Amino acid sequence: MPKTIGILGKKIGMTRVYAEDGTALGVTVLQAGPCYVTQRKTVEKEGYNAIQVGFDTKKDSRVNKPLAGHFKSAGKGAFYHLQEFRVDNPGDYELGQEIVITDMFNVGDVIDVTGTAKGKGFQGVMKRHNFAGGPGGHGSGFHRAPGSIGMCAWPARVVKGKKLPGRMGGQTVTKKSVKIVDIRVEDNALLVKGAIPGAKQGLLHIHTK
Amino acid sequence: MSIIDTIEKENMRFDTPAFRSGDTVKVHIRIVEGAKERVQIFEGVVIGRRNRAMGSNFTVRKMSHGVGVEKVFPLHSPRLEKVEVVTEGRVRRSKLYYLRELRGKAARIRERGIRK
Repeated sequence: MPKTIGILGKKIGMTRVYAEDGTALGVTVLQAGPCYVTQRKTVEKEGYNAIQVGFDTKKDSRVNKPLAGHFKSAGKGAFYHLQEFRVDNPGDYELGQEIVITDMFNVGDVIDVTGTAKGKGFQGVMKRHNFAGGPGGHGSGFHRAPGSIGMCAWPARVVKGKKLPGRMGGQTVTKKSVKIVDIRVEDNALLVKGAIPGAKQGLLHIHTK
Repeated sequence: MSIIDTIEKENMRFDTPAFRSGDTVKVHIRIVEGAKERVQIFEGVVIGRRNRAMGSNFTVRKMSHGVGVEKVFPLHSPRLEKVEVVTEGRVRRSKLYYLRELRGKAARIRERGIRK
C-alpha cells in the first residue's frame, strides 16, 4: 500500500527570497489547494482504499449531469481536476473535507512535484538529446546534424531507440527531492527551492516522497 | 494582487536611499567570517542599476591600487547593512560601462546640481 498522500496545485511563478543567513534562494511559488474530498473508495466496494480530491472550482453551469451528481454528495461545488490518493483508512476523511497543506508538509520537508513540461515542438538532436554538434566555422560543413546513425551492411538498419530529432517536451516530469522553503497558509501557497516543470498556471501534483 | 507580488513586497527593503548611475556610494556589507561578523565598506561609482523587484541589483566600480574592481549588490539583500550616497553625479546614460576604458582624470564624473 503506497503511503504517498498529496495535493493538487498550480505553478504561480518564480521569485527570490533570502535565507536567515542572507543567502539568496531562487524559489518557485506553488498554489497548493484548496482541495476537497469528493469520494472515499474502500476495499469492500472498489477493491482498494483511496480518497478522491477535487481542485480548482468550476462553475455549476459548466458541469454535465453525471459529474454534477458525483460532486453533489461532497457539497463543495464542482472541480476542474480530480485526483485519487491511496490512503490506509478512507474512513478518517469526510466527504467535503478540506485537505490542508500544513497537515501534510512542514517547512524544510522534501517533497516530489509532478507536472507537464513545456512543449518545445519538433527539435533537433542538439537541443533534444544534448548532442555536441560540429564546429561552427573553419570550412566545416557539419553544424547541428545528428551525424552517422549506424553501421553499413550489418545490421543494415537503424537500432531501435536511436536518438534522433523529434517532438520535445510536453511529457510528464517529476521533480524529486524538492525542499520546502516556506508555507503561506492564508494564500495556500508553498515556496519550494528551485525550478518546477511546466508553464505558469500548469497543474501540479505535489506529494510526499 | 498575485501571491508573488505579496511575497516580494514583504521581502523587499525600502530603507535604501534613492541613488542612480553616476552617484558615488558607500556600501556597508555584512561579512561573516567563521563565527564573527563585521561590516566592510565598499566605496565607488554606481555604473548600473537593474530594477526587477526582488531581482534588483546595482554595480559599484572603484579603483583599488590601480586595478578596477566591480561588485554587484542585490538591492534587497539582508547582507547590506546600509547604502550611503556620497556625491550625486551628472551622467547622460544609465549604464556607465564606458568608465571601464577610462583611467584617472578622464574617469571623473561631474557632480549633479553644480553649474559649470
